[in-house]
Amino acid sequence: MALLEVEDLTVSFRTADGIVQAVRGVSYDIEAGQTLGIVGESGSGKSVSTQTITGLTKGAQVSGRAVFQGTDLLTASPAQMQAIRGAKIGMIFQDPLSSLHPYYRVGWQIVEMIRLHDRDMSRDDARKRAVELLRLVGIPQPETRVHDYPHQFSGGMRQRAMIAMAMALNPALLIADEPTTALDVTVQAQVLRVIARMQEMFGTAVILITHDLGVIADVADEVLVMYGGKVMERSDRRTLFYASHHPYTEGLLQSLPAYGGARERLRPIPGQPPSLLDPPPGCPFAPRCPYAFDRCRTEMPPLDPVGGDAGHVSACWLPHDSAARAEVREKVLRAQPAGSAGA
Amino acid sequence: MSMVPEVTGGGSQATLEAAAEPIPVGRKIIQGRSPWRLAWERLRTDRAAIISTATIAVIILLALLAPLIAHWLGHGPNQQFVDIGEDENGNPIGPNGTFWFGTDSSARDLFVRTIYGARISLSIGVLATLVSIAIGTVFGLAAGYLGGVADALIARFIDVVLAVPFLVIAISVASIWRPSFWLVIFVVGVLGFSYPARIVRGQVISLKEKEFVQSARALGAGPLRIMFVDLLPNVVALVIVYGSLLIPAAIVAEATLSFLGVGVQPPTADWGAMISDAQGYYQYGYWWYLLFPSLALLITTLAFNILGDSVRDALDPRGGGIYK
Amino acid sequence: MSDVNPVPPDGGDILLQVENLVKYFPVKGTAFFQQREYVHAVDDVSFTVRRGETFGIVGETGCGKSTLGRSIARLHDITAGRIVFDGRDISKISQRRMRPLRREIQMIFQDPIGSLNPRRRVGSIIGDPFAIHRTATGTERKRRVQELMERVGLNPEHYNRFPAEFSGGQRQRIGVARALAFQPKLVICDEPVSALDVSIQAQVINLLADLQKEFGLTYIFIAHDLSVVRHVSNNVAVMYLGKMTEIAPADDLFDTPRHPYTGALLSAVPLPDPDHSDERQQIVLVGDVPSPIAPPSGCRFHPRCPKAAPVCVTQDPKLEPRLGDGPGHTAACHLPMAQGENLADFKPSIGAEERVIEPEGVLAADALPDASGNGTGDGSTVALPASGEGGKS
Repeated sequence: MALLEVEDLTVSFRTADGIVQAVRGVSYDIEAGQTLGIVGESGSGKSVSTQTITGLTKGAQVSGRAVFQGTDLLTASPAQMQAIRGAKIGMIFQDPLSSLHPYYRVGWQIVEMIRLHDRDMSRDDARKRAVELLRLVGIPQPETRVHDYPHQFSGGMRQRAMIAMAMALNPALLIADEPTTALDVTVQAQVLRVIARMQEMFGTAVILITHDLGVIADVADEVLVMYGGKVMERSDRRTLFYASHHPYTEGLLQSLPAYGGARERLRPIPGQPPSLLDPPPGCPFAPRCPYAFDRCRTEMPPLDPVGGDAGHVSACWLPHDSAARAEVREKVLRAQPAGSAGA
Repeated sequence: MSMVPEVTGGGSQATLEAAAEPIPVGRKIIQGRSPWRLAWERLRTDRAAIISTATIAVIILLALLAPLIAHWLGHGPNQQFVDIGEDENGNPIGPNGTFWFGTDSSARDLFVRTIYGARISLSIGVLATLVSIAIGTVFGLAAGYLGGVADALIARFIDVVLAVPFLVIAISVASIWRPSFWLVIFVVGVLGFSYPARIVRGQVISLKEKEFVQSARALGAGPLRIMFVDLLPNVVALVIVYGSLLIPAAIVAEATLSFLGVGVQPPTADWGAMISDAQGYYQYGYWWYLLFPSLALLITTLAFNILGDSVRDALDPRGGGIYK
Repeated sequence: MSDVNPVPPDGGDILLQVENLVKYFPVKGTAFFQQREYVHAVDDVSFTVRRGETFGIVGETGCGKSTLGRSIARLHDITAGRIVFDGRDISKISQRRMRPLRREIQMIFQDPIGSLNPRRRVGSIIGDPFAIHRTATGTERKRRVQELMERVGLNPEHYNRFPAEFSGGQRQRIGVARALAFQPKLVICDEPVSALDVSIQAQVINLLADLQKEFGLTYIFIAHDLSVVRHVSNNVAVMYLGKMTEIAPADDLFDTPRHPYTGALLSAVPLPDPDHSDERQQIVLVGDVPSPIAPPSGCRFHPRCPKAAPVCVTQDPKLEPRLGDGPGHTAACHLPMAQGENLADFKPSIGAEERVIEPEGVLAADALPDASGNGTGDGSTVALPASGEGGKS
């Protein structure tokens, strides 16, 4: 059985403008020790889905199941969730300055977290553990640094301190929500290195949420592509980059400057990200899809395997047979004015 | 960038790329809303705001219609009814069919005088507040944006004004010039400028570093334009909030001045003056003379305060959807 | 889809010349008796921008690239140095004398939310240049604003809307429209696409390219995303702690970097290509960027440089061609990288006190795997913390 099985997760919020359907029927699972990358832009629902699973969304209407080590997190009691969060599921967020308490010393925060879950550990032992953790994530001079406040750490160090705190109790699953988006590229490399090595050492499964396809190419085993609150495609890493099926994935890859030769005109996806207030029926990507036809606008395609590979699924009405799919792609490309982006 | 796009007329290309908006088929389009409309909608549904606005509306109505009411009742505000308005010892009589609130120490209709008093309090309250806001905003903008010497001077000036007790200045000024309606407005208004000035200055300082101010400078805008075209609209919301909270303060200040005899002069009906006079009669059991003007003052200031709170909640950018 | 460079490297005349530009900010809050401290935001920067080209500037947080952009636009007064724009020395002229020049030098800012006044309508925002310089009023101004809106891909009917009613990409287009009102000669773009979604980034990049072609604009493109900078620029400069460490034509910089910092930067960028990431050797720089208030002596990169030698601690290297490169490719390094050199093969030859503190744990030098992502056994000797519940078998 998978470590975490999410089944048909739906999350909506009531706002002044109406009901925002942030997540619409999302299913995925992750095995122990695996790295699942979730990729998507604003409004894709990628952050909301994991936040809901860990019980961090207040006031949301939630349906579906999220079974973690035998417990459905969506129906668990607050006491159960308290016990799971931190000890069995660790979380790190984009901005460590706002997720670490600014008024308490870093070491103190780690100690408190440890002792919250492990009441038998003495304060002294917990403190030693905190220092060891900071050393492990590469904070220099951890014995002194453990007494510092968060603002005395640099951005990269804060993020690594967060990783230390998240990993303190050896959780089975680590959820990293855009952990490197706000960081410089060299610092990002450090943080990703730390996550990868910690994962190796402890056998932790990692859900990494990001919009950066480069990061995905680096660290993910499996990748989930989300758009407009739904899963568009799921596959392993190599398949996603070299043999993707879904037009949205294709569009994302093509709009990157690193792709295509240097200096060619980029091929962006035309249009804007979708509104979640009143989503149209059918595929959420249809308004921007160069391949869209009538059925796409009225009926949501199911997540079906591509080319007989059960590990690669795509929610698209285009043929799932690779040869037929390639044919369609050629036809559409020829029909577009060359060099444009399929406006 | 050095590509040679095959499609000529790049502008149309850009337009096409952007304009392919995913307007959902057959669904309503959400209307965009300005910050003001959002605030208005928040205010509309606030129960406290509705009640306080209604109260204020009633008070304003009574104040505006005061001459009509007086005419209809046949009792002028300064008219003394020696025969029916006093008891045998020349003391005020209590509320009855003729005098709804009873009479005051000079046998005048207390009800009529109370609603006439509203005219004074409201007009001075609002006008003095407008003066405070006008002066305060200009000083706040200048101090906040120009910084340096201008800021230092203005900030110290504000400190001095805040340090000296309001009443001391008010009484001194009133003793130099004759106290009158316009003098009260002047004193309350000018001395009250420091509150809005401080608030505006603080807001401007935090806005000064924002990129839209930098872009205005990059476009070549001078300080005057930036202050009044760029910064002022962002400060207006705050000014409205503090203005609505300043009105009750101005009303109380005015009442205080007339209570002490250096405000609006008798025989003009004024709540502060009436309360002052009523003090000597209250202990002898003539309670209505003290009660009604005090109640009027209380209700009016309370209503403005509650409305001011609601306005602040409605306009508070943190609570609203100005930034997505 | 040819790779045509309309501006030959030694062709087009010089539009902007920056010489030894210095910008220090005083650190606030120093008491009277303490010596004034300064943030060395930009320290002795020199470069040239030719008409019609796109000059990219990359660097990480604190390198001073934004300050450099704003200094060139004279939003700050500069501490020292010369800025010569289109033949005119604008280094020290007053803000008042600068005003008419603002029609020729424009800026596009990063934050599409912050760079637009939330309380003003979009039509009024775009119309600002006309109002400030008094070139058009009333209906004429409105017409020109709507023309601009259409040009950048916005619906001219949205003239009266507020910025909050637009998406991020659209707000950035508003900023572009405003900057273009006078078809300036030079547009300084300060991280114009960093805050946008990937698919929208591409739209805005294409828009900027189209406008450059149509109006013959010259861009200074400041960004931290190396892929974007490579795509848009003719020449690229790399900044570190207030100094330019390398300047080269875009392809040369990325194919044969000379400065080790450039090398480390390039190796740290994750490319969306699993084969590439499996094969490459990632150099993970240790430590953080030092504070610009007290920058290191000599070459500022020496505390973190894998090749650091004693000369790097004492002498600040000059920005000049190295290893036989032509005049278009300069680097400020005593020990530049030769082609094919692997930074991972080097160890610094300076004492530990000149270096950043080496971390232990998973970032320790001997914990580096052979190939990124496929880590072999961890060579470090860090003890595992006592485990609680968890996935460790």
